[in-house]
Amino acid sequence: MDVFAEGGKLPNAFFAPASSSFTDFLAAHRPDLLPGKRAQATEGLTIEAPHGTTIVAVTHQSGVVMAGDRRATMGNVIAQRDMEKVFQADEYSCVGIAGSAGIAIELVRLFQVELEHYEKIEGTTLSLDGKANRLSMLIRNNLAMAMQGLAVVPLFAGYDVDGDEPATAGRIFSYDVTGGRYEEHSFHSVGSGSVFARGALKKLYRDDFSEADAVTACIQALYDAADDDSATGGPDLTRRIYPVVTSVTVDGFRRLPDNEVEQSTQQVVDDRMTQPGGPIAPLR
Amino acid sequence: MPFGYVSPEQVMKDRADYARKGIARGRSVLVTTYVDGILFVAENPSSALHKVSEIYDRIAFAAVGKYNEFENLRQAGVRIADLRGYSYDRTDVTGRMLANTYAQVLGTIFTTESKPYEVEITVAEVGETAVGDQLYRLTYDGSVADEQSYVAMGGNAEAVSSRMQQDHRDGMALGEALALGVAALSTADGEQRTLTAAQLEVAVLDRQRPRRKFRRLLDAQLEQLLSS
Repeated sequence: MDVFAEGGKLPNAFFAPASSSFTDFLAAHRPDLLPGKRAQATEGLTIEAPHGTTIVAVTHQSGVVMAGDRRATMGNVIAQRDMEKVFQADEYSCVGIAGSAGIAIELVRLFQVELEHYEKIEGTTLSLDGKANRLSMLIRNNLAMAMQGLAVVPLFAGYDVDGDEPATAGRIFSYDVTGGRYEEHSFHSVGSGSVFARGALKKLYRDDFSEADAVTACIQALYDAADDDSATGGPDLTRRIYPVVTSVTVDGFRRLPDNEVEQSTQQVVDDRMTQPGGPIAPLR
Repeated sequence: MPFGYVSPEQVMKDRADYARKGIARGRSVLVTTYVDGILFVAENPSSALHKVSEIYDRIAFAAVGKYNEFENLRQAGVRIADLRGYSYDRTDVTGRMLANTYAQVLGTIFTTESKPYEVEITVAEVGETAVGDQLYRLTYDGSVADEQSYVAMGGNAEAVSSRMQQDHRDGMALGEALALGVAALSTADGEQRTLTAAQLEVAVLDRQRPRRKFRRLLDAQLEQLLSS
């Protein structure tokens, strides 16, 4: 990669004033590196590539928890059983992805650089809404690929440092393939198992959740998703592969260590030995 | 003789003098190694217009001279680093690569533009251990020097350097290095001034931190470190 295409001088794009977006810079200087700008495949052709599945997020009294199962599928084959689908976006936010795995991971990488780039150029971080809107734009740029079956549907969550109080600072945003951005309240889920996960969360969610409660609710919801959706992977006790669980609070982003997740997951699995359907909600 | 031939030596000398005068008008910046990495101390009353900034995970940038010119270079540096990290891998972004790019850019501007940049910059990269710490000092004409231990830049650079030469030693703790740095910056024209936390811009590249090593020390932390 030669940045000195004009002999000793950097191209003007490097000195463009008032551009703090890395994506805009790429679009001006190296459009070939943008995920959505890739040479399009022939129309009508769908490509078979690994797909990621279920992501859940739950807000609680001091922030928000996001978790994802570990399975990627390609048709009816399990493409990967220990895939990571929840990522740190920056110090105070995280993003989970469902859909076409390869493109989704590249998109997350671009999103991470986008946030850090803004922070370094401007000397200040974007607001949580600003971050959510940038992600929206990245998804919209991928629309052409989505039409060919390579859709990416992320779930974005973060701790709003400009918020009034910790209990309402954890916020969740969902997206559609056209880049539409929707703020969700309390909890949300995306991916093929999301219908079942959301059903579970609807019965499990309480307003006064602590961080630990939210983690348990996420694991329960993922278990229910895996129970009814073949593309979602349940906890793999024999290989010790457990969901990826992350938490964002006023102290920043944290990925829960494997032994912590193992404990909570083991508890959920043990309880299901006697009650396979999970906790029973009161009828009225 | 009102017009006619001007020797290339004279042209270059005039440009260099012009750049040096511009740089000498500004306050000084000091970059020094300490036990956990690299410390930046700048006399800068503004808390918004920085002289020291983060470029990438292990790399930071310090500058003196004309603000708009070094700000241009800083932003270009962030773009180069992010572009490289995005197209290859985060570990492929190095201080040496960035110093080389700056050297070429400054050299080209010095010889071809109507006026040289009135700036002096340091590109610092923190290593896994003290042996891996690197300081590249770049001047207005694109000269680059690989410095050891410390770099002083700006109007009062010589006085600051001589103080550092006297008292700098490897493996200083953060508090000790900061106290020495502030003392060195306070020596101006043979007189001692007192610099308060509000007049200082201080940052570190701390190798103990995860991923992004750059951290600014805020006024409260500074006061605590300076008083202890």
